[in-house]
Amino acid sequence: MSDAEAAALDPVTLAVLKGRLEQIVDEMDATLYRSAFNPTIAEAKDACHGLYDPVTGDTLVQGANGLPIFVGAMAFAVRAVIAKVKEDGDVADGDIFLFNDPYDGGTHLNDFRLVRPLFRNGEVFCWMASVGHWLDIGGNVAGGYNPKATESFQEGVRIPPVKLYEKGVLRKDIISILEANSRVPTSNWGDMNGQLNALELGVRRMVALLDEYGDQTIATAFTAFSDRSEALMRAAISALPDGSYSFSDVLDNDGIVDETLAVTLKATVEGDRMTLDFTGSSPACKGPINISRSTTVAACYVALKHLFTDVPANAGCLRPIDFVIPEGSILGAEAPKPVAGYTETILRLIGVIFGAIAQADPDRALGGPFGTINALSISGHDHGRRFVMFSFFGGGLGGSPKSDGLNHANNPISTATIPPVEILEAAYPVMFTRWGLRPDSAGPGCHRGGVGAVYEIETLRPSDVALLGERGKAPPFGVAGGGPAAMNRFYWQTDEGEESPPMVSKITDLHLPAGRRVRLESPGGGGWGDPLTRPVERVKRDVELGFVSVASAERDYGVILDKEGEIDIAATESRRKEHAK
Amino acid sequence: MSNSTGGSVVGVDVGGTFTDLFHFNETNGTFSTAKVPSNRGDEAVGFLEGLTSFGPLTELASIVHGTTVGTNALLERKGAKVGLITTEGFRDVQEMRRRDRRATWGLSGDFIPVVPRDLRLEVAERTMADGTIRTEVDAEAVKAVCFELLSMGAEALAIVFMNAYANPANEQAALEAARSVWPNDHIVGSASILPEIREFERTSTTVLNAYLQPVVGNYVGKLEAALAEERFDGKFHIVQSNGGVMSTEMARTLPARTALSGPAAGVIAAAAIAREAGFPNVVTGDLGGTSFDASLVVDGKSMLAPQTTIDFGLVIRTPMIEIVTIGAGGGSIARVDAGGMIEVGPESAGSRPGPVCYGQGNDRPTLTDANVVLGRINAENPIGGKLDRLDVEAAKAAIAEHVAEPLGLGVMEAAEAIVRIADSKMGGAIRLMSIERGHDPAKFAAVPFGGGGALHAGALIKDVGLKAALVPRYPGVTSALGCVIADIRHDQVQTLNANLDGLDIEVLDARMMEEANHARAIVESARLAVERIDILFELDMHYLGQTHTLAVPLPIELKDGTTGVTVELIRKAFEKAYEASFSRLLPNIGVRIVNLRTAAVGIRPRFDLSALAAPKDTTVEGALLGHRDVWFQGEWHKTAIYARLDLPEGAVISGPAILEQPDATVVVDPDLSARVDNFGNIIMERA
Repeated sequence: MSDAEAAALDPVTLAVLKGRLEQIVDEMDATLYRSAFNPTIAEAKDACHGLYDPVTGDTLVQGANGLPIFVGAMAFAVRAVIAKVKEDGDVADGDIFLFNDPYDGGTHLNDFRLVRPLFRNGEVFCWMASVGHWLDIGGNVAGGYNPKATESFQEGVRIPPVKLYEKGVLRKDIISILEANSRVPTSNWGDMNGQLNALELGVRRMVALLDEYGDQTIATAFTAFSDRSEALMRAAISALPDGSYSFSDVLDNDGIVDETLAVTLKATVEGDRMTLDFTGSSPACKGPINISRSTTVAACYVALKHLFTDVPANAGCLRPIDFVIPEGSILGAEAPKPVAGYTETILRLIGVIFGAIAQADPDRALGGPFGTINALSISGHDHGRRFVMFSFFGGGLGGSPKSDGLNHANNPISTATIPPVEILEAAYPVMFTRWGLRPDSAGPGCHRGGVGAVYEIETLRPSDVALLGERGKAPPFGVAGGGPAAMNRFYWQTDEGEESPPMVSKITDLHLPAGRRVRLESPGGGGWGDPLTRPVERVKRDVELGFVSVASAERDYGVILDKEGEIDIAATESRRKEHAK
Repeated sequence: MSNSTGGSVVGVDVGGTFTDLFHFNETNGTFSTAKVPSNRGDEAVGFLEGLTSFGPLTELASIVHGTTVGTNALLERKGAKVGLITTEGFRDVQEMRRRDRRATWGLSGDFIPVVPRDLRLEVAERTMADGTIRTEVDAEAVKAVCFELLSMGAEALAIVFMNAYANPANEQAALEAARSVWPNDHIVGSASILPEIREFERTSTTVLNAYLQPVVGNYVGKLEAALAEERFDGKFHIVQSNGGVMSTEMARTLPARTALSGPAAGVIAAAAIAREAGFPNVVTGDLGGTSFDASLVVDGKSMLAPQTTIDFGLVIRTPMIEIVTIGAGGGSIARVDAGGMIEVGPESAGSRPGPVCYGQGNDRPTLTDANVVLGRINAENPIGGKLDRLDVEAAKAAIAEHVAEPLGLGVMEAAEAIVRIADSKMGGAIRLMSIERGHDPAKFAAVPFGGGGALHAGALIKDVGLKAALVPRYPGVTSALGCVIADIRHDQVQTLNANLDGLDIEVLDARMMEEANHARAIVESARLAVERIDILFELDMHYLGQTHTLAVPLPIELKDGTTGVTVELIRKAFEKAYEASFSRLLPNIGVRIVNLRTAAVGIRPRFDLSALAAPKDTTVEGALLGHRDVWFQGEWHKTAIYARLDLPEGAVISGPAILEQPDATVVVDPDLSARVDNFGNIIMERA
């Protein structure tokens, strides 16, 4: 096919190629999930694959299941490899680059990227990349979420882009370095093999597709996909009224200094363009909740995709967006500022975008999601063998114009499912004593937020416990008149009773003997709409189900129930009238 | 003559709109079919009407039924009021799910569990992961919560205790206590339903069984009463999601196993027909109003998936025929998005209001509208018999407005584009099932069933590189035929959680024999004639540290009360399966067995499919109905139209051609040819 022919790819071929290419990436995702070792990838799907532009590293194709935050961040990873190749002037068929550098296209140290060029006729046709969250890469805290880190050196080993494979030959020296720097090298090795499987499969499928359609046709299709995403994003922005919309929220602290940190946004819509200006956000902090500029852009992308779900995931959809990210702020941090807790900062950032857009378009208003990853690790020794139980926990999503928020959901930055209690108990010396929904945790609203959760765990061996969480000082916000949700809480048993961390939801170096319990109570989601307009029958039902207490029904919803749990109609009417004033 | 062998068997597939029946007389090898309207809510009426059309029920030896009554109750949330008793601290497992959400992108939507929170109560008890009991259950406490649930109106009871897969003693004690006070038989314990690790999946499966027990029980009871009234004294069986049949007693106990009953029967029939015709490897495809369901058959065996999600948060974990569903059906709506791309589906006009050409109020073009405009569907004589004619002009106008004009295409080009994009989506589903599982599509044939699949089967040959397409003689009654020929099957699972190194092989052998004997007894109790009973073992295994498992079939034959299983045999089988899936073994890492899966399959006497053969005394010329213009590949082609059922055995038709029959339309593309084989099938291949 000539260039001229290819330039005018017919709509049918385009639609067909879109499906074929997305299917290749989906299959890469599935291959890694099925063969990964650590549950963070296998169950929580903390991984992503894609195809990237040979020159710019821009995202060309994404699958349906990639971890949302990685979908946004991967282009930066590929760019880091492209820069490295340019510097060394050295890339060959069969090379595979590996790295986890968070300041150079990464997110945090646990996320290992494998990037492989796809060669056609002696030139790089596109890049294929795989990222997965490895269980442990050294550092002070098993699992990597060190809430006390002040430099990335305390978070683990940092690997710049290096060749893991050189012209198809594995470099065993790199493997030795990786092995020497992890508490659980076998798990990492298993995950790395899973990622290699995925890349190998991707290359095989891509070569078959290129042979079938011709390289030029596929290249032309890539361009068309990006243009289409751009057009869809412009259409979505145009539908918002022009103007500036500001929203600000805070993080509890950085784990080192107990002061709140601001994430501040002014979103300005002008025609079919939007500027996201983060001026006013706090300066980079000592502790590990900084993020690099590339992570900030990736997080904005996630927020916009949740609001404008029809826009396909590729580089084109960022073209109509301008970013103002102040240098040296927590949103534009540079090495060696610690970044392990990056998830908390991007969750807050995604929240402020929801908050700003809720003002621009009430039909897209989403109550604040629970907003913390709650990375909890319980580690120690069991019959002489080291164990590290590491997991993220759930909470409620915000209410929306459509419905109440979802109870016990995953975070917007991920599609992670939580490992079953029985799997955790079979693998680690712990016993869960509670795994339930948390009363009065949802933000009140005409559509209330989703309900958060309570997890209580008893240690069966002496254990070290570390938690990196947030939302202990400022609750998930409501929108369009909805109220805020409950805040995050963490407790552990002592001889005297219960204690909570001085940094609210961040703690490390907590040593517990066997037989002690820890309890994590996660936030619900923020409410949507005035709670006084929630039908009284639904409030009564929430009380029956134990999601809302009698006291909250009265205080937040103006619904008065008698001793039998029946609605006191007269009292309710007058209370609601009174509230409405 | 009712109960003797060689009587008559009837397969009954009750669908949403029609009930299809396939009657086979084993004595003289003849068959007949019937189609009657389904009566939603009172399926027994259509069921009996169809049955009696073959003569008195006293003549029938057996009836096998494929049903969607369970699936419908789940989708419409019309099951029983279930009470759930759990371990203290865990009553919310069902509602908390696996902490997922509805879609990767977009955060709205909630989840209403089938058992509301106030009907979920807890009792103090605890079993540890290794099976030791930390806290025994108190029978009186169980009785007390039973009374509480009954006072709130619970009609069925589910009990799910943590780690009951490892030791069911507490759960069984609780079941016993509950039985002493519960007023009916609708009591389900998780370890007897699914003794497998993962509390959410086990809870969901257990609860959904309890939810469906009264529904399916009443339904089966009603049918049995109606059959008894007609003095039917043969055997009555239900098709399960695994493609095997089970007794009505089993269906009452494990109703969640009927979730994919009808579709599974269709796949079984398609597989049997294709195998007989010399195509052991096929992809079946059922094109409905809103979706295309594809399923893979390798070496004559259908693939099973370990679980299915009926709707968000409603998981049933039991082996089911693996069906990949994509949102491309006859009613799928075609549109051009703001980025200039044509999309077909997943939005659908369904069958009501349906495609524009039905004239029932929808004005957005669908796949069926495109097929009508291209001349592929006969607008003057639509299949199904509900409508007199289809409105071609309205379909054309809708395609012009919504697809052709936005893209600057002609209306015919736009209609062809819609069909090609739908073909490609169906091709994607087939690729997902074949290529992605390491199978070479050139060795596979497509077998469309249902009314619409044969319109697109030819295109799939070209799109995916399939060997051929095979259209069964009666595509519309494939599921009913499947009921007649399905084997009897029972599946069991038991979590073992044992390392391969240091495995006590004698304990495993004894366990496998125990499982085998139990499963075999259930198949025998179905009291249907079988040639033999096969026992199949599979282990779910992984490398130590992985969480996902791989299904590892064990090459084992039972002899003299032992399986003859060895550690080496297991290791070899694991490595073979792992290599096939992931290409690289991990030699220095230990291997773990998570679950033992046991299936007993009662092989039914062979059904002679040559009973379906085409006539030998007709001619191709005699079957020719005439010609009409049909649009293929950018231009009109004068195309021969044949009455498919009148084509003689051995007839060869070159494309382009359209073969019409009352319940399906076969499109033979210009570069394909079609022949009628010895079993009455149409085989399409590249010319």
